Amino acid sequence: MGRETVSEIAERLAKGRSPFRLEDFFYQCNRVGVGSVPMVVLLSVFVGLTMALLTGYQLRIFGIVTLVPAVVSVSFTREMGPLFTGIVLASRIGAAYTAELGAMTAGGEVNAIEGMGIGALRFLVTPRILAIFCLTVCLTVISVISGILGAAFISNLTLQIGYGYFFDQVMTNLLVKDIMAAVVKSFLFGGIIGWIACYKGLSVKGGAVGVGNATTSSVVVAVSSVIACDSFCNIFIVTFFP
Amino acid sequence: MKPADENLVDVRGVKLKFADKVVLDGIDFGVKSQEVLVIMGLSGCGKSTLLSIMLGLLKPGAGTVFFKKEDMLKLSRSALNEARGHIGMVYQSAALVSSMVVGDNVALPLRELTDKDEKEIASIVDQKLELVGLKDARNKLPSELSGGMQKRAGLARALALDPELVLFDEPSAGLDPINSGVIDDLIIQLRDKHRVASVVVTHEMDSAFAVASRMAFIHAGKMIFEGKPEDFRNSKEPAIAEFLSSYEKQKQNRK
Repeated sequence: MGRETVSEIAERLAKGRSPFRLEDFFYQCNRVGVGSVPMVVLLSVFVGLTMALLTGYQLRIFGIVTLVPAVVSVSFTREMGPLFTGIVLASRIGAAYTAELGAMTAGGEVNAIEGMGIGALRFLVTPRILAIFCLTVCLTVISVISGILGAAFISNLTLQIGYGYFFDQVMTNLLVKDIMAAVVKSFLFGGIIGWIACYKGLSVKGGAVGVGNATTSSVVVAVSSVIACDSFCNIFIVTFFP
Repeated sequence: MKPADENLVDVRGVKLKFADKVVLDGIDFGVKSQEVLVIMGLSGCGKSTLLSIMLGLLKPGAGTVFFKKEDMLKLSRSALNEARGHIGMVYQSAALVSSMVVGDNVALPLRELTDKDEKEIASIVDQKLELVGLKDARNKLPSELSGGMQKRAGLARALALDPELVLFDEPSAGLDPINSGVIDDLIIQLRDKHRVASVVVTHEMDSAFAVASRMAFIHAGKMIFEGKPEDFRNSKEPAIAEFLSSYEKQKQNRK
């Protein structure tokens, strides 16, 4: 089915037709991206703040509290930013995708779309997966910036680290490979969440209970997969790009 | 197996099993242009499943389904989608896209499968909604419509691409006699004015006799009758006789 959908998209492109409705794609982008910004910012600020506070508390014992900006910025960029964005999207958007597609499947809407000769995967799944795939990386950037700002704020307040020094240390210690790791992870997480959510939605059986079960399962599987994928990415990056 | 020349649709030797249960056991029938074939049978005998097979949504274990002499079961996906564009389907539950207003539901196949501009699409949508008497419901969500209106909206959507064949799955089920009559009139109108062939799956005898050019009856996975409505009414086949007498009894009880 996947291969057929790809050939269907290619065929439409060859005919000069859009592979899916652009308004659907932009609607999904708005939902995934703009709609998730408040939650991502809020969560990241608090996580960044807590990280800086606890790291500072430990490092103060060894008299190296000045390392807080470096530790927080690198770990937030490589790990926390993409991971928290993935978890937020899996629970917020993944659940919505599964519930929506599940209700459409249970109500016979997906079959009706397929029966009209409109590829249901192309029409329903492509804009959703593409939106989450593209927007996860944008949200990760927002998450990283928010986390670092939260860390800078608490460092200034409790660890007496000035903003100037903090941001100077961030710029010095953040390497391109850290940013690349975040970008690659974000694309992977976006793809994984979108694929799992849509698959679970389209495989719904058993009416309203089925939709509920599929939604729960979608969130559990997507969050677990994101965490597992994150671990594999870290092992790969540490091994091949030390 | 080759399709009969005069038939728009030719279903030959279709067999289908769900787990151990044989649902369809060698179904054969044809539908000519501009005729209404009504398929009847007990609940769960595989009538709706047969429509899904005709639309290529379900693959049978054996048999062929020819539509305009093309075997629907052997078509590539793009050719199958192209063929589906010539077939409209009205679902028992209407199956309108619940997040779209009625107008957008009717416009959906036009936007997705044709290169028509929005102006042209809007005029076709108006025309189809007018045909089913729902012009005022254009901007309503399916949830704001009654069951009968949803079915009519489903019919408008099925007619959007001017199909040559429309499949109706229980079009009158759950409707009051007035709405049921409206749907029957639309099926007759499609046949007589728009020269569209229809396959109607139903339990409703009054509707069936009102619209049928021919009737068929499925029992125990086999098509045990195919012929004129008057022959169906006089059939000596035990399953059909029982079906008809139960219906008559039910009618008497209602009185």
